Amino acid sequence: MKNYETVIGLEVHAELATKSKIFCGCTTQFGGPPNTQCCPVCTGMPGTLPVLNRRVVEFAAAAGLATGCGITRRCRFDRKNYFYPDLPKAYQISQLYLPICRNGSIEIETDAGKKSVGIHEIHIEEDAGKLVHDPLEDCTFIDYNRCGVPLIEIVSEPDMRSAGEAVAYLEKLRLILQYLGVSDCRMQEGSLRADINLSVREAGQAELGTRTEMKNLNSFRAIARAVEGERRRQIEVLESGGRIVQETRRWDDGRNMSFSMRSKEEAQDYRYFPEPDLPPVEIGEEWLDEIRKRQPELRDAKMLRYEREYGIPAYDAAILTGSKRLADIFEETSALCGNPKEVSNWLMVETLRLLREEEQEPEELTLEPAKLASLIGLIEEGTVNRTTAKEVFEKIFREQVDPVIYVRENGLAMVRDDGLLRETVRRVIEDNPQSAADFLSGKEKALGFLVGRAMKELRGRGDPGRVGALLKEALKQRPGSP
Amino acid sequence: MISDDTAAYTAALAELLLSGEERERAKKDLSEILGYIERMNELDTEGIEPVPFLFPAANVFRGDAVTNKDSREELLANAPDRSGDFFRVPKTVD
Repeated sequence: MKNYETVIGLEVHAELATKSKIFCGCTTQFGGPPNTQCCPVCTGMPGTLPVLNRRVVEFAAAAGLATGCGITRRCRFDRKNYFYPDLPKAYQISQLYLPICRNGSIEIETDAGKKSVGIHEIHIEEDAGKLVHDPLEDCTFIDYNRCGVPLIEIVSEPDMRSAGEAVAYLEKLRLILQYLGVSDCRMQEGSLRADINLSVREAGQAELGTRTEMKNLNSFRAIARAVEGERRRQIEVLESGGRIVQETRRWDDGRNMSFSMRSKEEAQDYRYFPEPDLPPVEIGEEWLDEIRKRQPELRDAKMLRYEREYGIPAYDAAILTGSKRLADIFEETSALCGNPKEVSNWLMVETLRLLREEEQEPEELTLEPAKLASLIGLIEEGTVNRTTAKEVFEKIFREQVDPVIYVRENGLAMVRDDGLLRETVRRVIEDNPQSAADFLSGKEKALGFLVGRAMKELRGRGDPGRVGALLKEALKQRPGSP
Repeated sequence: MISDDTAAYTAALAELLLSGEERERAKKDLSEILGYIERMNELDTEGIEPVPFLFPAANVFRGDAVTNKDSREELLANAPDRSGDFFRVPKTVD
């Protein structure tokens, strides 16, 4: 078989995190009852006119600035015509001729090293409604709640060469959008969706092969599998002497293969023309400066700052900043308790362990910084030991308990009353005469066993160091000791 | 003059079923429209910026605020057909 190179470009749709829709005052909240978040504008009633949401422009420009794009100072909208009931106007307002951002790039890192992936353009458009095909009634139901939710479509250059690079690009892009706050990028809710343009060519060949476009990709795993699957399919077609047809295909992740979506005889003809219902958008220097000033610290900068400012190892800094939510919790908790290393430790070990156990993403974390900070305070002042603290942390993680109240109500505070400790120690020695004798005859290990027993009696509420010291003291005072 | 193929294609894009007579009339109308555009092409537009928007307006925005409430019943009352809380249309498959 010949040696083939895969050429990949991604078209990523991200729903913008505005409160209201792009052209009307309907909410963009996810998951409302069907058709309760619509109005005459977004359902395309005759006589309505769109009015652009200012924040949509600012979010799109922010995404462009963060990806090194040039911002189109005078941009406008275009009308993309097609008949499909997910868009009740029978057209989508989009940008074809003058997209708001052009010619940017982002840097990705994979096992193959660092490389730059070009951003061809970012344009603004509106999302469509959701169709549910009913096989029983042989008809289609429509929920227009998503119709008119603002989107940006980020079109990459065909610069990626492997599934790993495609996933790295998407992950990087997702972090940029999340850090900017322009999109929450929840793939499972469809607020981040990727279409893959893929072609193969013989290694060394200069011109690109014929590409296909794959839709229906809603997880990183599906994207990696779709790239592999479509690459394999195209090579098989070429190897058996066939040629690739330029078409749209749907990836079926369950069956691990793609299917042609071509059902219409004629090619798509969207008859784009300048949108007559929306005046142009002029982004002057002053406005752009305002947007620029509001740009938050992005992931790469934050990662370096954690190393420098807090002395966090590079590996930990990468994980903490690998999720906006995790980084936010880290910073807020550190500010509250003043102990960033301890905070990092709780997030890196216990939090990640519990997330894995619950099969949750860091973005779904509900951990409250104030509660973690107060738990760390309890450890520092010696109220709880580490073993108890882990138990309390699980309760904070799972049930959002307040650590101070929880420790008090469950009697988990360390026993600092020496009288009670001495009493416990005395009982443990009496109950374990053999271990006591072993210790006295020089077997240091026996002390560990006795400390363990005492800690058990104290239900973990003792300071093991103090318990050990009291044990030694008591043993040495026993009759018969040397 | 608009050809039969172009007329049929344009009708298909607009999801229109035209009878023979209607198609002849559409061909005539479309040809006249194109003729008008042809006349405009005679003008010298060298160095003149395209005017995609006719009014001297720019940057007409609304703030990002939720101002609409649920109006499902009103909207569905204006729909050609409904099923429960959904708009209902003939089966469409992509």
